[in-house]
Amino acid sequence: MSISTPHQTSGTTITTVVTATLSQRLVAAVSAMFLGAFLVYFAGFSHIDAVHNAAHDTRHSSAFPCH
Amino acid sequence: MFKRIAQTAGFTGLLAALLLTLLQSFWVAPLILKGETYEKAPAAEMHEHAEGAMAGHVHDEEAWEPENGWQRVLSTAGGNLVVAVGFALMLAALYTLRTPKSAREGVLWGLAGYAVFVLAPTLGLPPELPGTVAADLTQRQIWWVGTAASTAVALALIVFAQHWLLKVVGAVILVVPHMVGAPQPAVHSALAPEALEAQFKIASLLTNAVFWVALGWISAWLFRRSDAPATRPGLNPAL
Repeated sequence: MSISTPHQTSGTTITTVVTATLSQRLVAAVSAMFLGAFLVYFAGFSHIDAVHNAAHDTRHSSAFPCH
Repeated sequence: MFKRIAQTAGFTGLLAALLLTLLQSFWVAPLILKGETYEKAPAAEMHEHAEGAMAGHVHDEEAWEPENGWQRVLSTAGGNLVVAVGFALMLAALYTLRTPKSAREGVLWGLAGYAVFVLAPTLGLPPELPGTVAADLTQRQIWWVGTAASTAVALALIVFAQHWLLKVVGAVILVVPHMVGAPQPAVHSALAPEALEAQFKIASLLTNAVFWVALGWISAWLFRRSDAPATRPGLNPAL
């Protein structure tokens, strides 16, 4: 088992957070965006009858096209 | 990084969905139930789906439907939760690219979300009570998604673009969906009285406004908060 000094540990943590590259952030942002859009689509727009019935009031209240 | 997005979106979605469900239960849902009494009374046999409003959609009488009461409230709360987490994921995704400087800046993001997902689409397709005649569902959904997407791009250009020409392009994109126009039915008619429809529109627009402001504010607050320990080396346990 390797023991890292406290200084190294905190240094590594900071570096990881601060230098998350733009491409890394873009990948995370785009995947989160797609996942979010899928969730909204599933509850708000899906044509599956049971989902429509379950989220019926959500759809009307959010002004999503429902019927 | 994704963990930070997921945590922000999860907690924000949960809180905002609770708030939305509370507002809906006292204000919006009673109007929907009232609207349904008009829908079910004259045409118990004629479900709105049977009119061929949905292409290729066959209404399945056996499909599960929540019973009125607690089952319906819980089911709506579930729907709200999924939608709220979805919207919060989108906000948190944007925050990783442009971290809000304060929780108050999150309110602006929330208002932008309200403009994109509520105001712009409802200009063409206003909130409707059950029993309102409308154009083909898929056509309306396509217009809704197109309008939301173009409004998002337009607002981003108007707010963040450096060059004036890009801002003008943004303004043009903002207007295009409304020039195209939302799909409308051949004849407008609704089973519920006009006063009830009007009340529902106001209820829906206001509850959504509260929901989006809460969503923006809570998400920005949580997103900034989750960053705090990592950027303050002194507070790192480092043991």
